[in-house]
Amino acid sequence: MNKARSNRFNLFAMHGALIIYMLIALFPVFIIIINSFKTRKAIFREPLALPDADSFSMVGYQTVMKQGDFFLYFQNSFIVTVASLFFVLLFGAMAAFALSEYRFKGNTLMGLYLALGIMIPIRIGTVAILDMMVASGLVNTLWALILVYTAQGLPLAVFILSEFMRQISDDLKNAGRIDGLSEYTIFFRLVLPLVRPAMATVAVFNMIPIWNDLWFPLILAPAEETKTLTLGSQVFIGQFVTDWNAVLSALSMAILPVLVLYVIFSRQLIRGITSGAVK
Amino acid sequence: MTALSLKNVNKSFGSVHVLKDINLEVEEGEFVVFVGPSGCGKSTLLRVIAGLEDASSGDIHIGEDLVNLTPPAKRGIAMVFQSYALYPHLNVRNNMTLALKQAKRSKEVIDARVAEASRMLDLEQYLDRYPSELSGGQRQRVAIGRAIVRQPKLFLFDEPLSNLDAALRMNTRIEIANLHRQLDASMIYVTHDQTEAMTLADKIVVLRDGRVEQIGSPMELYNNPANQFVAGFLGAPSMNFIAADKITPGDLRTIGIRPEDLTISSDGPLSGQVTHVEHLGGDTNVIVTLEDQPMTLRLFGQHGVKIGETVGLAFDPAKSYLFDQNGQRVT
Repeated sequence: MNKARSNRFNLFAMHGALIIYMLIALFPVFIIIINSFKTRKAIFREPLALPDADSFSMVGYQTVMKQGDFFLYFQNSFIVTVASLFFVLLFGAMAAFALSEYRFKGNTLMGLYLALGIMIPIRIGTVAILDMMVASGLVNTLWALILVYTAQGLPLAVFILSEFMRQISDDLKNAGRIDGLSEYTIFFRLVLPLVRPAMATVAVFNMIPIWNDLWFPLILAPAEETKTLTLGSQVFIGQFVTDWNAVLSALSMAILPVLVLYVIFSRQLIRGITSGAVK
Repeated sequence: MTALSLKNVNKSFGSVHVLKDINLEVEEGEFVVFVGPSGCGKSTLLRVIAGLEDASSGDIHIGEDLVNLTPPAKRGIAMVFQSYALYPHLNVRNNMTLALKQAKRSKEVIDARVAEASRMLDLEQYLDRYPSELSGGQRQRVAIGRAIVRQPKLFLFDEPLSNLDAALRMNTRIEIANLHRQLDASMIYVTHDQTEAMTLADKIVVLRDGRVEQIGSPMELYNNPANQFVAGFLGAPSMNFIAADKITPGDLRTIGIRPEDLTISSDGPLSGQVTHVEHLGGDTNVIVTLEDQPMTLRLFGQHGVKIGETVGLAFDPAKSYLFDQNGQRVT
């Protein structure tokens, strides 16, 4: 066993540091959730207090349910996130496979070009993107968001996945070729299952920014029927009056699905991050 | 009938010329071993035959058919890889049946072939296990089983034993030899281990730097090497080379003597100091250093030679080999 790990003091310090970090990271979430169950007055009087018999109130949740089509927003967010992730993973993995598996002219250049997107924020191109979406009539459709998020996620996906795919043994793919599998079957049946941890890593890295994004829904799809959850929650934030109960309740509910997806991916994720490092 | 014929096969990766003008015929039922030091192009040659790499020029015939442009799956070959290359997410049965299912064979045929192969390889109780639950030797047998079920015209083995430990390697070597007798199929086997080559082959192809150095049966190559490289590569311990100058001054040729043809004799033409002795029980290997040049003697039985002793060495000129300055055999 590692020496640093067996030392009692180090062990304590390590866990202490991690616990403190966790508390700091979770604190805002905790505040949001406890305050979403309190009356408006209680939120302002003692923002840090837990809800008790006096201050407990579900008024925020009731407002959210009544006002606006919260379930539609929820559904929009979900469709956009899942569809974007699907395309990012599919196209990212395919591009990564081509880059890592085939020798062709400009292979390295192509890889660099695809990775360049990691360094350039897609928001710089917002105006051009809006122009394009208007020209193609995609404004106020979920497709506008899905396409943009797919483009946003691809560079990192290609970068991470091609590294992982290079590690898969050539013999395995060649065995598949000799057994008569097509290149597509080799990709879907042999390679994809083996890079599953890397896929989960890419999925988590992409999922949270997409779910939380306010920028593109606000610009590309602000219509009532295409509002995402984050954008939908904004109706409660006014220039002069903000319905904090509703905002906090909406946000509390918005956390749930990401949390569920994260738990699903996290086992794979841990394997993905540590594979290679620990073995 | 020929199972495989290669005519003037060349392969280049960019500017690197890996295979140079390879010509080879493999007869039906023959066990051919490609042997050579690492980087000699033997694996590349195997992959060209398999169709995993395209030949830059030349013709490859498997059976009667020109297969230069045929994809690997349609060439009627099966390959066993050094790393086994089992599909990790499929169990043993599905690993073996994948190719047949891909070729849309009927279920009865598939079941019969799997039963046959698993009986031959003693894999019956492991059919439902996954590769990660098998030992190295078992994985190797599954890899061989996956090749057998396809009933190929030609088996290709790419250093199949190099990941096994010494004891298992010997057993598996015998199993492969048995398999060859039972199946009566043509096999091509790549290895860098000259013992495997000598024990398994009907015909050995010695490769160096992408060129065929010599082709022949193991004993032909051992007794009648065409050049210094082949002479030095086959046989363990390997052949001793000594400048002929030391015996007849002015002679620029090189004398090659097998370790078993050297004897200790006080009136021999050579003498040197014993620097190391290996007692193997049945044999004794003695390393004698003559002016910085180590010579290996293989003496049968047990001998009490002491390190540091000065001994004379004798050999029968009729059993020695002479090579010219280019390494070509003279006599």
